[in-house]
Amino acid sequence: MAESNFWVDYILPLLLIVGYIAAIILPLLLIVALVTYGERKIWAAMQYRKGPNVVGPFGLFQPLADGLKMMLKETIIPAGANRVLFILAPMILFTLGLIGWAVIPFNSVMVLADINVGILYLFAVSSLGVYGIIIAGWASNSKYGFLGAMRSAAQMVSYEVSIGFVLVTVLLAAGSLNLRDIVEAQKGLWFFIPLAPMFVIYFISALAETNRTPFDLPEAEGELVGGYQVEYSSMTWVLFMLGEYANIVLLSGLCVVLFLGGWLPPFHVEPFTWIPDVVWFLAKTAFVIFVFTWVKATLPRYRYDQLMRLGWKVFLPASLAWVVITAGAMHLFGWMPQ
Amino acid sequence: MIIETIVFYVLAVVTVAAGVMVIASRNPVQSVLFLILAFFNASGLFVLLGAEFLAMILIIVYVGAVAVLFLFVVMMLDINFSELRAGFLQYLPIGAIVGIILLAELILVFATGAVDIHVPEVVAVAMPAPDEVSNTRALGNILYTRYAYLFQGAGFILLVAMIGAIVLTHRQRVDVRRQKIADQVARDPKAAITLKDVKPGEEGSWKSD
Repeated sequence: MAESNFWVDYILPLLLIVGYIAAIILPLLLIVALVTYGERKIWAAMQYRKGPNVVGPFGLFQPLADGLKMMLKETIIPAGANRVLFILAPMILFTLGLIGWAVIPFNSVMVLADINVGILYLFAVSSLGVYGIIIAGWASNSKYGFLGAMRSAAQMVSYEVSIGFVLVTVLLAAGSLNLRDIVEAQKGLWFFIPLAPMFVIYFISALAETNRTPFDLPEAEGELVGGYQVEYSSMTWVLFMLGEYANIVLLSGLCVVLFLGGWLPPFHVEPFTWIPDVVWFLAKTAFVIFVFTWVKATLPRYRYDQLMRLGWKVFLPASLAWVVITAGAMHLFGWMPQ
Repeated sequence: MIIETIVFYVLAVVTVAAGVMVIASRNPVQSVLFLILAFFNASGLFVLLGAEFLAMILIIVYVGAVAVLFLFVVMMLDINFSELRAGFLQYLPIGAIVGIILLAELILVFATGAVDIHVPEVVAVAMPAPDEVSNTRALGNILYTRYAYLFQGAGFILLVAMIGAIVLTHRQRVDVRRQKIADQVARDPKAAITLKDVKPGEEGSWKSD
């Protein structure tokens, strides 16, 4: 009897979870590939160019061609590098880009791990991203790589602080740390309206957290020739790229969950409710990714002292003040969720 | 249950092994990385206990912030390993004495029965059933009601430490030109730009004065 219990209790759920994971990761990697393609098309359109248009219809297979090309290149490990950490760093970054999706709710039932502390889990995952970069920079034993890693560590630690306060206001407003409850709490009003300043701070901090323009100083190709990626080639470099884009998609998804009502349609009336809620979630995420791309095509890079000033002297006091204001207003008017 | 036991032993063994490697590995950067591994496994143990809030906070605070700064500092240090090892014998007696004293104290505490090392059969703690209240809420309820003053006191100590650190390290340099964003934004185009009508053949009047 014990044996049959073992199969039913452990092996079956394990297989089920592995199936769920595959069902999340495979579409995610496809989306990441599409994002790299879409990004290049959008930049091209913004610069009056055509963008990728040779491989496949409308150049749609360009990401596959790129992947094949990278796979055929030689993996180079510098002589002075710490071999284990050098290989480990891109893996860390790539894994962190994927494991965050475990708690993201695609609709009211589609979520792999519906844990009580979902928002803290995501915060922890995003705060670990810095290790991939800092280990890469140190292990490659190159001055450019190391400079990039140092910049990135300082930058990500700085902007995490304000992201933390943004999350605190959101969970004050929702009254829960569970991401599904946070979306349900936005049934009446999406949080980006009452928490508009926090929405802006979150978005800009997300740009800094993913090392995107205008905060891409860690890779700054003009001065650091690629920063922490400088010694990487072939598949190790591909893992960096995939991890970076998976992170962008993850933070966009989190933005949708926290501020843009997750899977909820904008109005609960006929034509909007016909569209499945998963589609709403994906469409909103796609929109946020588009804004990421738009920013990269538009803005120049920040100077380093300006970046630090924005993080510590503008965002930190502003988000701290907004936490106090939100908590005070909710207490005063009795809006505290039970 | 058997799976939980296996997971517990894996996490516990890795935690202890990583802890040993922190002091055993020669490269300080590797020491910090092993420390991070130990933190991770400790947070895994918290999850096994059902204390998921503490597990996440451990990762966010220790791994996400404190250890990053450790790593940051250790990577910047210029450490001479032979010099470090040269002092080993010199400091060995003092280290051994401290270790022996600590060990003796621990033995005394447990041998005299001052601390009951056996886990009681029924845990008589004012803990709500896990199904009713999430442990984040339970922790908040107890911290902000029963231990409110102690909690605030801890907060004040941290604040004092933070201000102290800032006061000790902050120095205002006067001879440096700084960008003042407020001044730049407040600049009036009318005052900043002057239009001059230059007559043909007239010299020098286009130069700024």
